[in-house]
Amino acid sequence: MNVIPLGVFELSLASLLVLLLAWLSFRHRLEIERPLLIAALRTTVQLSLIGLVLNSVFATVNFWLVLLIWALMLAAAGYEVMSRQKVKVKGPARFMIGASSMMLSSFSIMVLILALVIKVEPWYSPRYAIPILGMLLGNTMNGVALAMNTFSTLAWNRRAVIEQRLALGQPSGEAIEDIWRESVRTGLIPIINSMAAAGLVSLPGMMTGQILAGNTATDAVRYQILIMFMISSGTGFGVILSLWLMRRRMFDTRDRLRMRDSFHVG
Amino acid sequence: MTGNREKPALAMNGLQVEQLRFLGRGPYSFAVPAGSIFGLSGSSGSGKTLLLRAISDLDPNEGRVALNGVCSSDLPASEWRRKVAWLPAESLWWHDRVGAHFWQIPPLQWFNSLGFAEEVVNWEVSRLSTGEKQRLAILRLLQHRPSALLLDEPTASLDKANITAVEKFITAYLKENNGLAIWVSHDSEQLERVGACHYAMLLGGEMRKLR
Repeated sequence: MNVIPLGVFELSLASLLVLLLAWLSFRHRLEIERPLLIAALRTTVQLSLIGLVLNSVFATVNFWLVLLIWALMLAAAGYEVMSRQKVKVKGPARFMIGASSMMLSSFSIMVLILALVIKVEPWYSPRYAIPILGMLLGNTMNGVALAMNTFSTLAWNRRAVIEQRLALGQPSGEAIEDIWRESVRTGLIPIINSMAAAGLVSLPGMMTGQILAGNTATDAVRYQILIMFMISSGTGFGVILSLWLMRRRMFDTRDRLRMRDSFHVG
Repeated sequence: MTGNREKPALAMNGLQVEQLRFLGRGPYSFAVPAGSIFGLSGSSGSGKTLLLRAISDLDPNEGRVALNGVCSSDLPASEWRRKVAWLPAESLWWHDRVGAHFWQIPPLQWFNSLGFAEEVVNWEVSRLSTGEKQRLAILRLLQHRPSALLLDEPTASLDKANITAVEKFITAYLKENNGLAIWVSHDSEQLERVGACHYAMLLGGEMRKLR
């Protein structure tokens, strides 16, 4: 297990690539250089800070500290999902729908895996619990954000059709079923694709990291399969839950479409 | 006392609208007996469409709307809308083919009387003209055999021959099923032809009897 350590010099070398891309964007007026550089800066600062924090968290095994970090991660994911919506839910539900569905799906799957599959002692050992939740949340967040955005945007654009279907006597679930189906699919297709391509086209990030860190490939593979199952089911449950919560906002108890009252664009 | 709750003395056959308020409008109170047509005209923006939407319970509303003594709130919303069916001024279609919009294919005779052959169910929606869409929307509306029709300018996009066909078809349907209709039209002659009483909705939302 000897990892070749990376120094500041090696990292700055790699950052030249990002700078080159930014220069290209500037030259050709692609107008992506600003967000690119800001994101690159954020990645550096955020990861360096979390590295410092994790080092000290891993040194102790304190449940409350772990819980606090989970909560912060969840809040960040909830905020991210919220800010990716074009057609937004009004009120606190804008944050709560994404956050609560991610919490239910990611937390329960994490606990299940930690306690019953990997069987770490104690189950909240930060060395496992924090990266696993991070991986779950990261993927679930993408799926949930995509699915919610598709669902609210399609429902907004097709609200006249939905109303005519209601007028013809379809219950709300039936009147919106094709949009529902399309949104679930949109949320799940990225993870399904990456499961299908794993090993053939791509070596997933976690596995690559383990191999680079000197673990045997067979060990890395087993963990990767576990992770794939976790994140696909976590994403799926999170997506379905969030869309279900969102649909409850779209209709009232008399199956009337309430898009204009519960949602707004922008 | 219990089990002896008084029903309205005359549970009327037909549509009863009592103190109906919606979206800052109303109250409206009127009745449309079974077998009759309630004609309604008025300039655009006077709220005719909103009234029809409120009666079919598509917009939040207060008051009481009842069909043959059964309140809208006593039924699941979807069931109410199958009985009290709203025909919007412009029909929308969401599947590729006409037939996919029908849960039960209506009798052949219905298609014929509106100028279609039965194969119309295989047609692509994108090939339909505005008038064809309008006539098919009427068939689509009637597939659940509603007893009350809320017709929002049902013949606005049709030529003369088809206007006559639609008027005949709807009045025959109402007669056969002892149904009723609220018929919104700008054409007072049309309302006379179908034998409707005639109310006008003024800009403030007030309803006035013309005939």
